[in-house]
Amino acid sequence: MKRGTRILSDADHRPEQRQPRQTLWQLVVAPTTWAVHFMLCYITAAVWCARFAGRDGPLAGPGRLIAVYTVVAVAIILVATWRAWRQHRWGQQAPPHDEATAGDRRRFLGLATLLLCELSLVATLFTAMVPALIGDCR
Amino acid sequence: MPIFEAFSILILPQLLGARDLPFPRLSAYGFWCFLIGGVFVCGSIFFNVAPAGGWFMYPPLTTQYQDGLGPDIWLLGLSFIEVASLAAAVELIVGVLKTRPPGMRINLMPLYAWYILVVGVMILFAFPPLIAGDLLFELERAFDWPFFDPARGGDPLLWQHLFWIFGHPEVYIIFLPSIALVAMIVPTFAQRPIVGYSWIVLAAVGTGFLSFGLWVHHMYTTGMPNISIGFFSAASEAVAISTGVQIFCFLATLLAGRLTRSVPMLFVAGALAIFVLGGLTGVMVALAPFDFQAHDTYFIVAHLHYVLIGGMLFPVAAGVHYFFPLATGKLLSPRLGRWAFWLMFIGFNVAFMPMHLTGLLGMPRRVYTYAPNLGFDTLNLISTVGAYVLAAGVAVLLFDVVRPRKKQPFAPRNPWQAGTLEWLAEMPPQSWGVRSIPVVRSRYPLWDQPGLMREVDTGRYFLPGAADGHRETLITTTLDAMPVQCQRVPGPTFKALWAALFTGGAFIFATFAWYSAALISAVLALAVILLWLWTGTSIIPEQEQKDVGLGLRLPLYESGRHSVGWWAMLITMIGDMSAFFSLVFGYLFYWTISADFPPAALPGPGIGWPVAALLLLLASWLLTLRARHDNREDRNVRYQLDLAASVLCGVAGAAALMAGPWFNGMRPTEHVYPAITWALVVWLTLHIGAGVIMQAYCMARRWRRRLTPQHDMDIQNIGLYWHFMALTAAVTVFTIAVFPLLTSAR
Repeated sequence: MKRGTRILSDADHRPEQRQPRQTLWQLVVAPTTWAVHFMLCYITAAVWCARFAGRDGPLAGPGRLIAVYTVVAVAIILVATWRAWRQHRWGQQAPPHDEATAGDRRRFLGLATLLLCELSLVATLFTAMVPALIGDCR
Repeated sequence: MPIFEAFSILILPQLLGARDLPFPRLSAYGFWCFLIGGVFVCGSIFFNVAPAGGWFMYPPLTTQYQDGLGPDIWLLGLSFIEVASLAAAVELIVGVLKTRPPGMRINLMPLYAWYILVVGVMILFAFPPLIAGDLLFELERAFDWPFFDPARGGDPLLWQHLFWIFGHPEVYIIFLPSIALVAMIVPTFAQRPIVGYSWIVLAAVGTGFLSFGLWVHHMYTTGMPNISIGFFSAASEAVAISTGVQIFCFLATLLAGRLTRSVPMLFVAGALAIFVLGGLTGVMVALAPFDFQAHDTYFIVAHLHYVLIGGMLFPVAAGVHYFFPLATGKLLSPRLGRWAFWLMFIGFNVAFMPMHLTGLLGMPRRVYTYAPNLGFDTLNLISTVGAYVLAAGVAVLLFDVVRPRKKQPFAPRNPWQAGTLEWLAEMPPQSWGVRSIPVVRSRYPLWDQPGLMREVDTGRYFLPGAADGHRETLITTTLDAMPVQCQRVPGPTFKALWAALFTGGAFIFATFAWYSAALISAVLALAVILLWLWTGTSIIPEQEQKDVGLGLRLPLYESGRHSVGWWAMLITMIGDMSAFFSLVFGYLFYWTISADFPPAALPGPGIGWPVAALLLLLASWLLTLRARHDNREDRNVRYQLDLAASVLCGVAGAAALMAGPWFNGMRPTEHVYPAITWALVVWLTLHIGAGVIMQAYCMARRWRRRLTPQHDMDIQNIGLYWHFMALTAAVTVFTIAVFPLLTSAR
């Protein structure tokens, strides 16, 4: 058998049993959560200030709503973090995960997802701090 | 943008060891669109009609400041060019995901491909809002629909929003591909793998996302509520994290490796130094209180040049030096390169460093001259001297690129001892890509797989020849790059050129308000595109499978989500959705800023006609899906009947949609409310028109036996299109008919 065929029929190319399933979409779950949270906060505050409270109005109402958005967003990001952590932890392959094996692919994608989750968490908390620091619509 | 797109389409197949990207004719179409549109927009300067209102074209200043065609050339010309960018985005995204060589799992993908993937997706979300904005602005200029006219309910700030939703990500769309060049160059000259590969992926993807939360930092001084400004300031600070991470990775790679001195590395070092300074002032201007002071001063000019010259121009210069042998087979002169670098580096800093001070002293931007003795004179003189030195450096670089080099010997193969697949290229470059598509086992296959070059050259891997006389490449799975299909790709054609010419005609004639000519040109473009699709796409192969080498047999035809065409449709429609939702954003924007929207005195589209339209369009969608199923079951008559009925429902739905505002007497020139309602209706109607043509096309394909139960790519793809139409129709009808009822009820 020639070399290339042997490589492609390598054991690590077989479908995996019991291992955490991965897709490329998982990379964007946490950043998308940040984006949705960000847009909801912005739209809520903008609509509240423009249509309801007026330029000097208080922010208490949307502040509470934004707190709810933030709890939901952080929960989603933490679930994504936990899943990514499980994928990354699975197996013994050592960093930098540059081997042509399913294990290294899984650990790499788990790590990249994990890092994006943490960045998204920081960015989401940055967003949530704004209404906590600004009390009105001015 | 054109540099990035051209370079990526050129280099990506090499980098992935692929014969070609999946849609070479789409790329050709994009190229011709770019060329025609670029000549049109840039050529206007020679006829004294160039747009003169700045790159952001703020209304009402732009239109009041300049008579004539200038703004129209900007609006329609750039919309046309954006077609090319979207085409490139489709090609590059599908290329990265589906044409990697066997074995190149997602963890082995070259970093350049990661960046390109991110930038492709960013284009899908950044460019369509500008197309939507262009549409509104051109409707205002050509037909007096008052989107940005406050006297009739409009608001110029909507333009600023739409422009900067495009404009800020655009900065990153040119920065990321350039920094991607750095990510390829640094490991080569450190002679070691990149440090922190996963962290750079984080940086690329994270920056791509966060860059969409920054647009308002260009609008801090427009009087928005502090709370809104605060959100964007927060995101503007957060993006510094992801942008900074990759710089640390590059520095760590250089520290951990054995640095080889070279001109590309010199430019990379200069790029990092300059960019870091620009990044630091970026953190400053992201803070609203500081920006209030620095806004529209030369401080901003200094900041953006440090970011873009460091983040784009210097990396591109490094890339020109590094990749020049791939294009021509010859190296640029190291001596001239060093001259170019030092002139550019010193010149740049002498020109732009003083602008921080001129800005802080209060010199405004966008004023071409200033009175003497305001304290700017000396600083500006220094800047002027620097600008000439910088220009001299660029001139040296350009001279080195264009000077004749007939006598110069060809570079050795892989002249920099790089590790990635693009350096498989022979010197002088050959007219094919790789001789055979290798199996990849490493991030740096040329370093880690001994004998790879010889084995590729002797055709020991996949697709070593063209036994059937077709151009072919391998399609592999997204995560693990397992080969799943042998994709036939088409060769050169004039149809792409004709399609681009007529598409260009539709935009260019409209600039001059020659609407009949524009319409005829659009119809001709449609005809050519249909001919191109009919003759060149979803061709049923003469055999179901073929031997691609190494004992592997792969199918030649795939449809649905296994096919690259389906992914191209999905990606295109995501871009389309972002334009559509920009229009919906416009509607909601007017509602937000105005207590009287929709105005009580003006008629709306009613509820009956829009709901009837929605039901008809949903019927058209469901019938299309049933036709898709009929075809799989080989029920030809029912297939044709279902599609015929779906065409009728589509046409009737479009008519009902127009009937609402029409019969209720909504006049778009009267107020922004009827104008934005009509804009949404026209948008959806045009899309239904395209959908109906697709349905009729599938009827004809089946009739001519170019579509069979097993070979059903066309109907699968239009089924996907109609999913998006159902969503567009539902959101449109909700927005124009239901939303006003809900908001007026409270």
